[in-house]
This record gives sequence, C-alpha cells and structure tokens, in this order.
Amino acid sequence: MTLREVKEILDAEVLVGQEQLDKDVRTAFGADLMSDVLAFAKAGSLLLTGLTNPQVVRTSDVLDIAAIILVRGKKPSPETLTLAEELKIPILTTQYILFETAGRLYQRGIVGCMERVDEERVRP
Amino acid sequence: MEYKEGREIVDLATIVKALDLKVRHGAHLLDRKVTGGFTGDLLSDVMAHSSEGDLWITRQIHQNIIAVASLKDHAGIVLVQGNEPAADTLEKAVKENVPILVSDWSGFETAGKIYEILNVRGG
Amino acid sequence: MTKNVFAHDTSLYENRFPVEGGNFDKAGQVSSQIKAILKRMKLSSEIIRRVALVSYESEINIVSYARKGHIHIQVKPDYVLIEAIDEGDGIPDIELAMQQGWSTASQRIREMGFGAGMGLCNIKNFSDFFRISSDVGKGTHLKMVIKIDKVFDGI
Repeated sequence: MTLREVKEILDAEVLVGQEQLDKDVRTAFGADLMSDVLAFAKAGSLLLTGLTNPQVVRTSDVLDIAAIILVRGKKPSPETLTLAEELKIPILTTQYILFETAGRLYQRGIVGCMERVDEERVRP
Repeated sequence: MEYKEGREIVDLATIVKALDLKVRHGAHLLDRKVTGGFTGDLLSDVMAHSSEGDLWITRQIHQNIIAVASLKDHAGIVLVQGNEPAADTLEKAVKENVPILVSDWSGFETAGKIYEILNVRGG
Repeated sequence: MTKNVFAHDTSLYENRFPVEGGNFDKAGQVSSQIKAILKRMKLSSEIIRRVALVSYESEINIVSYARKGHIHIQVKPDYVLIEAIDEGDGIPDIELAMQQGWSTASQRIREMGFGAGMGLCNIKNFSDFFRISSDVGKGTHLKMVIKIDKVFDGI
C-alpha cells in the first residue's frame, strides 16, 4: 500500500514527507529499543516506534527505512524533525498504541519482517 | 463459549490455538479472558499505559517482566521471535501465576494476529 | 509556610519495606506486596493501580541508582502516602532528571527496558501530590500522595 493509505488507516498526521505519500510499503516492524531498531531494520520497511531521538532517523537513513511511524501520539524533538527533513525520511504520528497500530496495518495486508540482519533463521 | 453484548469473549486458549503459541507456563490458566493487547519493551511504558486483562507482547525475557505483568493484572505475557523466558523468569511466573507464551512470529505479526482475533470476535 | 498536613491522621495501615540497590532479582517485590495489602484492604482498583505504579517506579529507581533505600507506605482514611528514601549518589540536577527521556541508566539497565527516562514523570503524573528532594552524595527522597475519594474509592 502507499504511505497515503497508511496515513488514512492510522488517522495519522504527516510531520515530514508530505511529498512522499505515494511511496509503496509492504512490511513493518516495531521497536522500543534502539538496539532493536538496528538489529531488525529492513530496507523498505515501516518502523513503528515510540522513540523520538535523532538516532532513529540516522538509523532509518542508513538502513533505508521507508518511513517512521511514531505511536501513541509521540512527537519528535526539533532536532529529530530537522534531521528527517534533511535526510528526507518521512515521519508520521498516530494516536494509536503500538499494538493497535500493528493490528490495523496487519489487517490491511502489511506483513512483518522476521529476520535479524545479522542472522539467518529458517522460519516454520 | 461466553458472550458479552453479543460478541464472543476471547480467552488465552483461543489465542494460543490460533497463533500456535508455546505454553511455557499457565496451561491451567488458559481460560483467562483477554480484553486487549499491549506491545512494549520499555517497562515504564507498560506500567503507565497497559491495562488489566491485556495480553502483553514483548521481547524482554528477564524476570522483571513478571512483577510488571502481576502489578498490571495482565492476562499473560507473549514473548516474540521465539524468545524463551529466562530460568528465573519461569520460576517467578509459577510463583505469581503469570502465563508465559512464546510466539515464533515477530512482534508486529504477533500483535497483528492477536488484534485480529480480538476485533473480529471480542472486545 | 505550609503546614505539614499529612502527618497527623491515624494510619489504617503503615509499613516500611527495605529495598536493596542493584538487586534486580528482587526488584518489584515490595510493590507486589504493597498491592496485595491494598487489595485486601479493599481499596478501589483505581487507587491500587496508581499506588502500584508509583511504588514500582520508586522501587526501580532505588534498585537502579542507589545503594539501598526503603519504601514507607501509610494508608490514611483520605489518602495514601508513599515515601521512597534512598542512600546513594543523589540527583545533581532535579529539573533535568524530571525531563521526559532524560536518563543516566547504564546500557545494561536500558537493555532490560528500564532507564527510558519516564520514571519520575510517571510518578508525578500518577500522584496528586509529589515532592522530590536530593542531596548529592547522600541520597534522594520522594514523597507521593494519592487521594482517596470517600464516595468512589472509600474503604
């Protein structure tokens, strides 16, 4: 689906990336801890998080995250916003908690990305 | 089957079956009702924002998750990505009567599947 | 000068629980005990929820940052008074410590999901009255009051 549809499904506000709403996304992962953002980031994926620091944007840029979805009404710090605008990483914010955000996206066909980037695991 | 306002109430057993969760503790507690879900790995967040009856989805395996689940009266804890609880976590789970379930799915998928069950059938 | 209005009512229940600094194995035990006691006293679930959170965050702070401390709880007819007093390094800048997201937690503590910098904020938000004082090199003292509404929460 497009980032525009993600915005609608999550009743989200677009803080950065108004011009990128046609971007196509298919996968998502959630992370509360910075180390998880690094370990599980997959190129082209949506990152669902409550983390609002600039490192999240840096990581997203380096690992080609499609967009950052801030959950539970979290708002990024000014430095985070500035960096995201500079690096052109879309940031959306939704009032829904991580559980509901994942639920809504999953119901509409977004799937998870299960592999750690430093490991190969065979999934059943 | 129990009904509330015309909709099925979901219990742990239903979710265990639907997601093929491994029951590490609480096989005798699976009739517990699940009224919501909460995903989180930051314990302050879970303490402040989760609710009684929630199924807590997390990747934290250390024994401090038991105190949190117990204090918040969660329906149980689901560990994601095939993560197994630490030995002392299991010990505490037994003492505090906290169901521990393991999901092979990612946090996103686990939440998605549980959300689907709760919204199609329950709450 | 405000009178200390919280000291003089008779307590329906009072206890003092020691907390061991650095002991993450035991962390949360005191809060669980407090919760069980309040449940037996049949306080409303709303009061119990708030006391449990305030107690837990205080307990975790002592475990995470202090050498040792204790949690003192007094249940009065109109309110629950919780004090968390510790011996440790203290907090040099309280305003900074109260900021959401500010944390001095070690990497190990963060990996466990603690140290998100929300503890003191949560305590403040969930209390009706909150006071924090600290002496660098000595320790920190938190005082929290949760009011009981006689009609809705009454024992």
